[in-house]
Amino acid sequence: MKEGPAREAGDRDATGLRPSRDAGFLAALAVLGGTYVALLAATMAADVLYTTPGHLWRALQSPEIRHAVRLSLLSSTLTTLLSLWVAVPIGYLMTRYRFRGHGVVDALLDIPIVLPPLVIGLSLLILFQLAPLRALERVFPVTYAVPSVVLAQFMVACAFAVRTLRATFESIDPRPEQVAWTLGCSRSEAFWRVVLPSARRGILTAATLAWARALGEFGPILVFSGATRMRTEVLPTTVFLELSVGNLEAAVAVSLLMVGAAVAVLWMIRARGNASVLGRAA
Amino acid sequence: MIELDQVTVRAGSFELRDVSMRIPAGSHAALMGRTGSGKTTLMEAICGLRPVTAGRVWIDGRDVTTAVPGTRGVGLVPQDAALFGHLTVREHLTFALELRGWTAEAMAARVEALSGWLGIGGLLDRLPAGLSGGEAQRVALGRALSFHPRVLCLDEPLSALDDDTREGVCGLLEETRRREGVTVLHITHNRSEAARLADVMLRLRDGRVELEA
Repeated sequence: MKEGPAREAGDRDATGLRPSRDAGFLAALAVLGGTYVALLAATMAADVLYTTPGHLWRALQSPEIRHAVRLSLLSSTLTTLLSLWVAVPIGYLMTRYRFRGHGVVDALLDIPIVLPPLVIGLSLLILFQLAPLRALERVFPVTYAVPSVVLAQFMVACAFAVRTLRATFESIDPRPEQVAWTLGCSRSEAFWRVVLPSARRGILTAATLAWARALGEFGPILVFSGATRMRTEVLPTTVFLELSVGNLEAAVAVSLLMVGAAVAVLWMIRARGNASVLGRAA
Repeated sequence: MIELDQVTVRAGSFELRDVSMRIPAGSHAALMGRTGSGKTTLMEAICGLRPVTAGRVWIDGRDVTTAVPGTRGVGLVPQDAALFGHLTVREHLTFALELRGWTAEAMAARVEALSGWLGIGGLLDRLPAGLSGGEAQRVALGRALSFHPRVLCLDEPLSALDDDTREGVCGLLEETRRREGVTVLHITHNRSEAARLADVMLRLRDGRVELEA
């Protein structure tokens, strides 16, 4: 092999290339990424090690905490249904149609994702100080009542559902829908018969994310609903209240319940992903 | 018969202006032209998937310029088949018939006839994910023909197929015209394919449709 005009001979081999340093590169990636993964695993382990079955049992015996569990499950589920109800049409409209003000709506939809959740709660509180809504509250109390919990959760969770569903509809080829039109479908028939079935994985993912997000919501609820025990207390509120009176055991026990819910959500998303690879969803 | 009279159609910043052409009833017209010349855009205008900003579109003597796609009587076979992922092959063949309120017996008879000559009788309970490229094109063709459209639009149905499969589907397209008596508009890049199938050769060049010898 003829020698090439290398600038310096140094540690180059016969081809003129430096010897491979792939091992070092991969090790650096693993160390940098591994730090975060280790931290995550350590925090979860710390929660588990700190809690005893006795702590969990005692926490679940408390009527306040049982109320918080019930309200959390109920409000998160209601929030999820409301979010899907709104996010499916928004996701579809924003993907398939270009209209005047599309860009403004687009930016508006991302506000709950970038805004501090506390500010959303404050904004809701101020909104409900306006005369028409104050009149509504005389008939149907919202602020500092259970509906405010759902509304506060909905404001944030729905933005995540919208984002997931927009990505879903964007990934769906419009051609099959158009073929359905040529076959005789109206727009709504094509939507129900062709588009929605192809979006079912995205819809389930959006629902799961919205549910998890609603379950963990704290800031806007604290501002808009207050932290009244047996009334507007949800699980994150419980953690906050127990911590503020120095009951670390109960706070960690309730946190573990939420960790458990988060793990269940992740497992569901993954299991469904695999199920869809296997073929038609049952 | 398909007739375009000074049609203008827009796709984003691209525009076809004052396009006129006439495809006689029962003929097989091949529409050729460079990539980006607007062949698919023109086909979408005929199917009603893209609004026409000027001019008229006629199908079998009926002005369909503003008609919704479903009432035009046009079957469409898109380039990538665009099958419905959650429906079986059988459900593809009955999709348009259910919308038209056909009886179960009539649908079963149509499925049997179509699947027989298209060679997809053994695939009726399969989902699109389990089909080869050639099989998917046959299903797309069956779906488009199921409701006896007067016009069949084919958007490069053979381009993604290997030579053997292409030969099979090519034969089916000849058979289609013989059996169903439809007017066919067929977008293709392949000159020999056009020569074999078409009796009218059209070329879209610089926004105009020219008749080729």
